Amino acid sequence: MRLNPLHTPPSIDWMVVSPVLAVSVGGVLALLLAMFRPKADNTAVIWTSLLALFGAGYALVAQLPLPEASTFGDMVYRDRLGLIAQLLIVISTAVVILFSEQYLRARRIPFSEFYPLALWSSAGAMMMVSTKSLLMVFIGLEVLSIALYVMAGMAKQSNRSEESAIKYFLLGSFASAWLLLGIAYIFGTTGTLNIEAIAGAAVSDNALVRGPLLFGFSLLLIGLLFKAALAPFHQWTPDVYQGAPINVTAFMATVSKAAAVVTLLRVLNHALPLKDFFIPALTVVAMLTMIVGNIAALAQTDVKRLMGYSSIANAGYLLVAILAHVKSPDQVPVTTTLFFLVAYAATTLGLFAILTLAAKDGKEETSFADLNGLYHREPILAVCLAILSFSLIGVPPLAGFLGKFLIFQDAIVAEQLPLAVVLAITSVISIGYYLKVVRATWVDEPQGEISTRSVLPGGAKFAALACTGIVVLLMILQTPVSKFISGSGQPSAPLSASANAQPDR
Amino acid sequence: MIPILSWLIFIPLIGALALAVLPDDRKDLARGTALVTTILTFGLSIILFSKFNGETFKFQFVEKIPWIEKFGISYHLGVDGISIWLVMLTTFLMVISVWFSRYVNQKVKAYMALLLLLESAMLGVFLSLDLILFFVFFEATLVPMYFLINIWGGERRAYAALKFFLFTAAGSILMLVGMVMLAWIHQQQFGSMTFDLVQLQSSIAQGEFWTGFLHLQAIVFWFFMLAFLVKMPMFPFHTWLPDAHVEAPTAGSIILAGVLLKMGTYGILRFIMPLFPDVIGQFVLPVMILAVIGILYGGIVAAVQPDVKKLVAYSSVAHMGFVVLGIFSLTQTGIQGGAIQQLNHGVSTGALFLMIGLIYERRHTRMFKDFGGLKAQMPIYAMLFLIIMLSSVGLPGTNGFIGEFLALMGAFQAGFAGMNGLTVVLPAIAATGVIVAAVYLLIMFKDMFYGPNNNSENQRLKDIKPWEVAMIAPFIILIFWGGLQPAVFFERMDASLNAARLMATTPAGERPNWSEKAHEISAEGNLVVGEATSFPDIPETHFATEGHH
Repeated sequence: MRLNPLHTPPSIDWMVVSPVLAVSVGGVLALLLAMFRPKADNTAVIWTSLLALFGAGYALVAQLPLPEASTFGDMVYRDRLGLIAQLLIVISTAVVILFSEQYLRARRIPFSEFYPLALWSSAGAMMMVSTKSLLMVFIGLEVLSIALYVMAGMAKQSNRSEESAIKYFLLGSFASAWLLLGIAYIFGTTGTLNIEAIAGAAVSDNALVRGPLLFGFSLLLIGLLFKAALAPFHQWTPDVYQGAPINVTAFMATVSKAAAVVTLLRVLNHALPLKDFFIPALTVVAMLTMIVGNIAALAQTDVKRLMGYSSIANAGYLLVAILAHVKSPDQVPVTTTLFFLVAYAATTLGLFAILTLAAKDGKEETSFADLNGLYHREPILAVCLAILSFSLIGVPPLAGFLGKFLIFQDAIVAEQLPLAVVLAITSVISIGYYLKVVRATWVDEPQGEISTRSVLPGGAKFAALACTGIVVLLMILQTPVSKFISGSGQPSAPLSASANAQPDR
Repeated sequence: MIPILSWLIFIPLIGALALAVLPDDRKDLARGTALVTTILTFGLSIILFSKFNGETFKFQFVEKIPWIEKFGISYHLGVDGISIWLVMLTTFLMVISVWFSRYVNQKVKAYMALLLLLESAMLGVFLSLDLILFFVFFEATLVPMYFLINIWGGERRAYAALKFFLFTAAGSILMLVGMVMLAWIHQQQFGSMTFDLVQLQSSIAQGEFWTGFLHLQAIVFWFFMLAFLVKMPMFPFHTWLPDAHVEAPTAGSIILAGVLLKMGTYGILRFIMPLFPDVIGQFVLPVMILAVIGILYGGIVAAVQPDVKKLVAYSSVAHMGFVVLGIFSLTQTGIQGGAIQQLNHGVSTGALFLMIGLIYERRHTRMFKDFGGLKAQMPIYAMLFLIIMLSSVGLPGTNGFIGEFLALMGAFQAGFAGMNGLTVVLPAIAATGVIVAAVYLLIMFKDMFYGPNNNSENQRLKDIKPWEVAMIAPFIILIFWGGLQPAVFFERMDASLNAARLMATTPAGERPNWSEKAHEISAEGNLVVGEATSFPDIPETHFATEGHH
């Protein structure tokens, strides 16, 4: 087909897409490299992956002072929310890669394909958070998910891993279908794929527009709620988390969740006229999620499964932050959501990095009993594990406390006291199960001999220590970190997720 | 001058970190490091005490560094007549606890490090003048205590530790919500958030804060109060205490009874009284009823315990009831009594737990049925125990008498005056609690030290060692000193106590204001408004950097 000579192709701002490009091209390079390298040695693949992530991180930081921009015909969008979220995704992926290699070897699944898959998956996540086009959201979500389906089933010899992959794939495709159908309905009523159009169509009085729009919007939300593991769409989480290899679980709990939550935030932000419709519904979802996640976690005996429920509960807290923001967008900044995500990612990644200890001779045991005696084997890691657990409980002055404190604050400012109270009560419940982890590590003595298998390799140790360091320091350094996230020091691009830029509180 | 309050908080923390790098097998080195650290901290607190000016109600040695400026959170420390005594009590009991912990033989390094962490957090609680900073330390005390109970505790330690953590965390989480509500109200009224106690109190004293938000005052009051009621603990929130006490190692029990419970009553003096003046009056009656129930219930339940430690634990519930009884009478005498009673309880109950710990280390039992006739066997021990026990009973001449007497007298005054709907019925019932205390404590002493000494295990017991006597001696001195010369203690706390009372009971505009230079408290306990130059000096730390607001 000949192009219309009058139609000039849009100029492309490569800078805006460079982070995603770096990560996905890095993935391709890593895969190519893996083909030529001996199976026994993944060093080069790992370094290539880390280099790609570093490049992407650099490109992201370099763009922070730049103004908002879009390219590829408005398919890719640059704003501070997207940049910070992408930065979080990139760093989380790098941390996962840091503690993957030794773990994969210990489980006898040292496939070098893990690294390119992880990179592509996080490229998908980055696409999701850096666009205002619903189609791009869908494509990003699929790229993220399909790579994850493969990664979840990577431990071929383990039935649980297979189960995890199949379950995730079936339910994930189902959710994607809902999402896609929702997008189709929205497209049908607005005539465009841009999220910003939702707000315009929502104020229409035409029942023929409003009805299908609400229907499509609900489907879209359900798809996102599923990805973020919010009740009642959370059922897949415990099984999938428990079955997948630990590093993949860590990836799911951080990268995948961050992408879903930030996308949800962005979508809701552009649908503010529908507030009265979705805030009551999502309030119920948030309460349900916090209650179900925390209560179900009490009965768990497996740390990985426990972390599955913990991630559900944390998604509930995140939804409270998002709801507070959309309820009164002028008073409550989006920084809280990002702050909590940072705190949650650091805590979760650190915990999973320590858990990789559990792998041995191709198997892994992650029940509480397998943590017994960690104090004798790895005293420093035992301290880290205790700190991370207390952070998840919300003991000050750790990062988890700061996150919950900020959410409390937002909920009260937005006059959503019931949500704050449910958050308070459920986080007391959470003490019951997080303390089990602490107890297993510090109090209960191991049966029989103290195993000597457990020297954690350097990469994982570094990851665990770095994450614990962040958890300890985040509250003390709240002011500078918050300035970095919200960009309040930089007049060019302050964080403004809603259509109208809002002053920093 | 050096930032003395920060050093108080951070010396134990530094000690704990130093312990972390010590080799595992050097138990004596770990014990020595911990002891030196606590002695250093104690010494520093004595220096602080000697420079403290008891004539002013203002905060002294203030340090203020902005922390999270956006929300008005700062690292704000200061000490006044209420907190200085609790700081002294903490540093003193810590020296004793670490000293006694020579008996601990397992995981010594971790044990000592946790004790020191606990000391940091407790001192932080008493020195914080920022709500969030206070909350940080308040919650941070849970972690070391949880480990102390759970690792070095008795048989049901897992249950007790979890219960301790759950109860106190559940109580305090709503306090956090309350704190945020205070900051939010400040934002609504004045345009900016703040968690600064002095700043909040200043606008409350002038009556500008609660205008238009009066309906929230009761809610926030109970959010705060619940945290303190659980911590004290007050009936019906006390059930965690006997479990925690019985299972905790001796040093844990001493600190729990001596300091951690005081955080509840301190919270009332420091936060409840200045912050909720408009509603405190109407809640005097319910709180007093709880206190009286606690006094009687604690006493009666204590009387039927088979376990010495459990008996003392329940007696704590009763004694803390007297503290609240005194403070909530909102009279000058009553508050004095409550404030001195909390210190006395720290000394005498701390000492009782120490004595029980000494016998437990020898016999590994605390059951009454295993003891009897110890007086002939261990005369010195029996004599010291008697003195401490009588102080706990409240015998005139010992410190326990002063506190209980003043608290009851305050409550009677309020009852006769009919303040806040009180009658003399409640204090009259509470007074019977003194008799109940005498009953169960004297029975305890009789069962342990008199009667036949039939148990062959007991016949081998020797009297306590000289170093143990030396360890108990300071308690004995404090018991008589507090009983015979209480003025020494009152001199340095009266101004602050009177200020707290006036903040809670006088109408807006006449309340003392911590940040008002022209305000001072007279010796009679009235507010004086005058020239700042005529007032006593306020010792300062030249460390305060005001934020760039």
